[in-house]
This record gives sequence, C-alpha cells and structure tokens, in this order.
Amino acid sequence: MTVADPVLSLRGATRRFGGLVAVRDFDFDVGEHEVLGLIGPNGSGKSTTLNLISGALKPTSGSIMLRGRTISGLPAQEIARRGIARTFQLVRLLPSLNVLQNVMAGAVFGHRRRWGHEAEAQAMRMLEKVGLARRAHAPVGELTYIDTKRVELARTLAGEPKVLLLDEWLAGLNPTELEEGISLIRALRDEGRTIILVEHVMDAIRSLCDRCVVMSSGAKIAEGSTDEVLSDREVIRAYLGDDDA
Amino acid sequence: MTGTEARNLALAAVAFAVVACLPLAGSAYWLAIGVTIAMYTVLATSWALFSGPTHYISLATAAFFGVGSYTTAIGIEHLPYWTLPPIAGVLGAVLAALVGLATLRLSGVYFVIFTLGLAELVRQVIIWFQNVSGTKGLYVLTSITEAHIFWQLTGLAALVYLVGWAIWRSRLGFALRIIGDDEEVARHSGINTAGAKVLLFMVPGAVAAITGAILAPRYVYIEPATAFTPMLSFQVVIMALLGGTSRLWGPLVGVIPFTFLWEAISASFPNQTTLLLGICFLLIVYLLPKGFVGLLQAARKRVETREAWA
Ligand SMILES: Nc1ncnc2c1ncn2[C@@H]1O[C@H](COP(=O)(O)OP(=O)(O)O)[C@@H](O)[C@H]1O
Ligand SMILES: [Mg+2]
Repeated sequence: MTVADPVLSLRGATRRFGGLVAVRDFDFDVGEHEVLGLIGPNGSGKSTTLNLISGALKPTSGSIMLRGRTISGLPAQEIARRGIARTFQLVRLLPSLNVLQNVMAGAVFGHRRRWGHEAEAQAMRMLEKVGLARRAHAPVGELTYIDTKRVELARTLAGEPKVLLLDEWLAGLNPTELEEGISLIRALRDEGRTIILVEHVMDAIRSLCDRCVVMSSGAKIAEGSTDEVLSDREVIRAYLGDDDA
Repeated sequence: MTGTEARNLALAAVAFAVVACLPLAGSAYWLAIGVTIAMYTVLATSWALFSGPTHYISLATAAFFGVGSYTTAIGIEHLPYWTLPPIAGVLGAVLAALVGLATLRLSGVYFVIFTLGLAELVRQVIIWFQNVSGTKGLYVLTSITEAHIFWQLTGLAALVYLVGWAIWRSRLGFALRIIGDDEEVARHSGINTAGAKVLLFMVPGAVAAITGAILAPRYVYIEPATAFTPMLSFQVVIMALLGGTSRLWGPLVGVIPFTFLWEAISASFPNQTTLLLGICFLLIVYLLPKGFVGLLQAARKRVETREAWA
C-alpha cells in the first residue's frame, strides 16, 4: 500500500548485523499529518528501523527518502537538519545541562535553527507544551522518569521537525503517567504532526495511530488501518506465538 | 553582556595590567619564573579549551610548539620578527586541522597515540631535512629581551582568555558542551560533531605554535631534540588536569603551584624528572580527577546544602 505524496518512504531498506538480518527489504510510506504505528514483538527490528531513518545506522541496502529526496547514507546530523527528530528507547539527556538547555539543544541545532533569546523562548514554549515549564532551571538529575521523557520530547520538538520518531516513548510509565503521556501525544497529533510511533501499549496504538505497520523478525508482515491490522490473524500469531493462535 | 560579565572583564583587565608590571620589579629570577608561568598558562588554558569539553587528551602540544620554534628559527633570516608569531599560528592551525580531520573521527585512544606520535614525526622530518642539507641546529640571535617575551606571552594569554570566553558564549561552545555530554545526542540534534571538534582543535594548535615562536629567541639555539620534547606535552596535560578543565581559569590554578613544584624537583632531583613527572600524573588523576576546580565546586556545594538546612 502506498500513500500519495508521502513525507517519508522506505524502499527495500535492509540492515544486517553479521549473519543477522535485523531489517529485511522493508517498504512503507508515511503521509503528511499521519501518525503511523510501527509495532511488532521484541527484537523484530523496530528500533533498528528508526536508527536507519535517523541516520544512527546506515542501511546495508535499500533507500530512505524524505519528501522524495534520498537521505539514507547521510550523517545523522544532516538528517536531523533536514527535519527528522527522534527520541531514544532508553532516554538520553545531557547531564551537565539543565532542563531548558537540554531543550535548547534542539532549538539551536535542529531543523529550524535559532540562537540566543529566540532559542530560549522556543525551548520554553516546548517545555510549556510538554508540561514542564516550572522545572526549566532544574538539573536533569533531579527529574522523575516521566519528566526525563518530557524533556527528551521537548528537545525533539524544539527544532520544528517535519517527522518525529518516538521509540517506545510510553514504555515504563505508571497508569496515571500513561494517561498523561497518551494525551500529550494526542495533542501533537491534533497539531497535525507527522509521527512514527514505535509502541507496545495497545490502548495507545488504538487511540493514536491512523495506520500501523507490523514487523516480525525484521520483515513487514502486515500493514493497514489500525483496527484491521490488530485483528489480523498473522499479527496475533506473531505477538502470541504459534501455539496460541 | 550582563553586569557580572562586565565586572569580571574589568577585573581581568586590571589583573593583566598588574601582571604586566612584573618586569619593572627588576628581578631576573622572578621574571624567569613569570615567563615560565605565562608560557604554561597559555599552553594549558588553550589545551583545556579543546580537551575539557571533548574529553580527548591531546599530546600534540610539543609538535605545535616545535613548529612555532622552527618558524622563528628559519623565518628570522628573511622576515621581520613581528610577522613570525602570526605565521606560526597559521601553520599550527593548519597542522591541527589536518591532524583533526585524520583522527577526530576515531575514538579517543587512537587520538592520544596519534598526537603523541605527531611530535616525533615532525621531529624526524626536520632531522632528515637537516641531514640532507648538512645543517644542525639553528641560531636565533635577536635583541629581544626576557621582558619582551614576557609581555608577548601575557598578551597572548589575554587573547586566549578572550577567545575562550567568546567560544563559551557561542553556538560552537554550546555544541561542544552537548558533545561532551553525549555525542550521539549531539549528532541527532543536528550538530556536525567532527567539524566542531576540528575547528576547536585548531585553537590549541595555533596557540602552542605562537608560543613556540615567541620563546625561540629565549633558547637562542634551536635543535629538534629540545624544540619537540615530549615532556612539554605531558607537563601541559598535568597542569591543566591539576587545575581543572571545566572552567576557563582552571588551568591557571594548576600552572602556578606546579611551576614551583617543578622548579624544586628539577633543582633537587635533576636525573629523576621524568619519573617524578609520571608520579605527579598518577597522583593527580587518582586524587583530583576534576582538579582544583572540582574541589572548589564540591566545597561550595557542601556549604550551600548546609545553608539550605540551617
Ligand atoms: N547494533 C547492533 N548490533 C548487533 N545486533 C543488533 C544491533 N542492534 C540491534 N540488533 C539486533 O537486531 C534485532 C532487532 O533489534 P531491535 O531493532 O532493537 O528490535 P526492537 O526494537 O523491535 O525490539 C535484534 O535481534 C537485535 O539483537
Ligand atoms: Mg526497540
């Protein structure tokens, strides 16, 4: 299935680690303002796919295009500047900088670059958006787990990226935090952002994703509207194991 | 510029003016110590500008310093003296850029080894050249006095502090702090990490070469073994680490006590200097991993928490 005028497309994207093929011949498109769920069991290649898109890893073969222009093979900083921003599955903050400065990293060097007061104001707006403005001057070491995730999200938003890659951003949150987290991402979705959401939390996938792509052992096994995909027998089998299906 | 920054700048200007009066005191001994302290301050501060945020340990100081010494030794025959330090600076910066492009993509370990080898490489090239041309060392005979050298080094120190301060406030400085924290995040935020590191490495390269050019008249006779002594590279690292690299003034706090310690060591144990240098290095790394700056910051934090509880 292809999307008319996609923002991001993968064509035959493949990544090997020695003998292991972590991502195999992967094709999909993401349309403008779309929230695409990228789901699959642990070890199926979701993070590797995000790493290929963000330039953390280079594809062994195949290509990745942003608005029709090839970005695969470019260094990560160039891909970030062209408008792809990401969070990491294990949160990565800058420990010697405070909350505001962490977010300014995105505002100063991201897709839309700012400096000085303008960058600070932009970072502050992003902190307000994620609900962390009152901790702007706190050291990141003092934050709770969900707040570290908020800082990372604000940092990716601060450069006004065209595409946002969220790698299990909701993982590890308690039920109250999860609710806050889901409504935060819903707010981003309502702003019309283009997002690839790697997620395990089914409620979140159902309520946030327009479409889903399902991976298993590095390959795409299903793609379609969220309801359709989640009731697919093969998808259920991949998640639950062959015996239960 | 904020009020505190303006005040600090004014204080620094006054301090430099006072320091610049040292030659007027008329003591040859103190002037010699002053030149040594000024030289190490310039070298260690510019070293820390690069190594502090990037955590790359450069042992290339001797290479740049030697290139600077030879710039003066060779150039003095053909050009007016005042053109030589700037020329040395350009040569040092270019050499640093080449080394940076070749090595800064590699991990820190390769960088250390490569920079250590660089001084030896340049030295061997000069020895080879001298053998081919049948010359030995070079005489640098000028009317430049110890006081002139001191003033030049003090001016260079002021320049290094200004450059360091300007970098700290710039996008490059912000990029370097991010790189120092997490290079992966830096790249994914859109920072050209290799470019930033190469650009910054050119600063200690240029400064060490200028220092070598300024000091050449003091040594009078320039030969490869003394111009490229690896000891210099290690001393600079030790002093910068002793003071601490997280603040611009940190290295200075290491340079002053170490200069006196070193005077004492070289006077009392002239044959064991290398061994004692190694011991100093180990002691500093084990006992003061963040230098005097880290010690001060920890002390201040303790006072603050105590006040918060009181
Ligand atoms: N840098 C790497 N080196 C070697 N193998 C890797 C690397 N990254 C991921 N893998 C392997 O690739 C497969 C897919 O991993 P990953 O993309 O992290 O899965 P997911 O995010 O879907 O849980 C796993 O078998 C994993 O062990
Ligand atoms: Mg993963």
